[in-house]
Amino acid sequence: MKSIHTWLLLSLLVIGQASIAQRMPVIKYPALERLLTRPTDTVLVVNFWATWCAPCVAELPYFEQLSAAHATDKVKVILVNLDGIGQLVKKVQPFIARTGIKSPEMLLLDEPDYNSWIGKVSPDWSGALPFTLIIDPSRKQRKTFEKGLTLAELETELRPFIQ
Amino acid sequence: MRKPFFLSVIGLILLTLSGFVTPPQGYQVGDKAMLFKLKNVDGKMVALGDASATKGYIVVFTCNTCPVAQAYENRMMALNHQYAAKGYPVIAINANDGTLSPGDSFDEMKKRSASKGYAFPYLLDETQEVAKTYGARSTPTVYVVKRTGSDFIVSYIGAIDNNRDNPSEAGEKYVQKAVDALLAGKPVETPTVKAIGCGIRWKQA
Repeated sequence: MKSIHTWLLLSLLVIGQASIAQRMPVIKYPALERLLTRPTDTVLVVNFWATWCAPCVAELPYFEQLSAAHATDKVKVILVNLDGIGQLVKKVQPFIARTGIKSPEMLLLDEPDYNSWIGKVSPDWSGALPFTLIIDPSRKQRKTFEKGLTLAELETELRPFIQ
Repeated sequence: MRKPFFLSVIGLILLTLSGFVTPPQGYQVGDKAMLFKLKNVDGKMVALGDASATKGYIVVFTCNTCPVAQAYENRMMALNHQYAAKGYPVIAINANDGTLSPGDSFDEMKKRSASKGYAFPYLLDETQEVAKTYGARSTPTVYVVKRTGSDFIVSYIGAIDNNRDNPSEAGEKYVQKAVDALLAGKPVETPTVKAIGCGIRWKQA
């Protein structure tokens, strides 16, 4: 490969890295499905939320605290936002900036045809928010919660997955 | 022979008490709907089947406070306007606990119904038994029930349409299609549609 191409690629990567700090990745369902099903050495705690869902907003700090408490464990907390891509810049990003949520991975799922993917995330899920899943590293064991969770509940439910 | 059975019963009781048994799924299309009797915002009791001339009902589990329910409020009112005269009036039910969600208290329900001019009952599911029996988990969720003899058969469950924010861009108007099909004596093509909504605010134990 010509060195100019290498430099172009590297510059793009650097620019990309800089903008990630301000942006929330927008994904489609297939990418979410890969995230939820591809085995790694890490337990996943995946929370579905929206800025318009009051109980969701109330529990976001618990996910952040959980993520911080397990920073050295093989645990990944992922917050999947469902405000819709039309709200990313005017609502979601300002919300994140205001509340200062940092540690969990944050994604916006751009899939307005809800019926096409809700059942694939979990047959236990009606589509009600908030909704949380804990998935083991092999991606074979999972537990779902179609309700708000306290930090204590999150810790209790996570424990068997990290032992 | 008795011991394993006894142990399974104990096990089931323990599981239920511990909350690990998944909650009941509620109705599926084809089930007979519970003939509830709930208090309306005017203080009177309203029962499914009260209006003897109806062919069925568009039962909507909704509330005051959920932004998704709010986004669909006009559409819910429009459904009543369109279908009440054809035999399928709307009945709205709020099952949110008024202590957890003060904006959904009975007083607030009265105010909402009055200010928006609801032309249909807005009932309080005080014990949340109706919502649990139907299997409603979020707002708004619609159950279209069709009168069949003395029963009401669940014929559609789910979302009103497929575009929360832009009604005019909703290519799939699920409830309208379902009721039109029932009125024409045809099968409902899309009988269940899941959607994102606010979880019903269940009473805490």
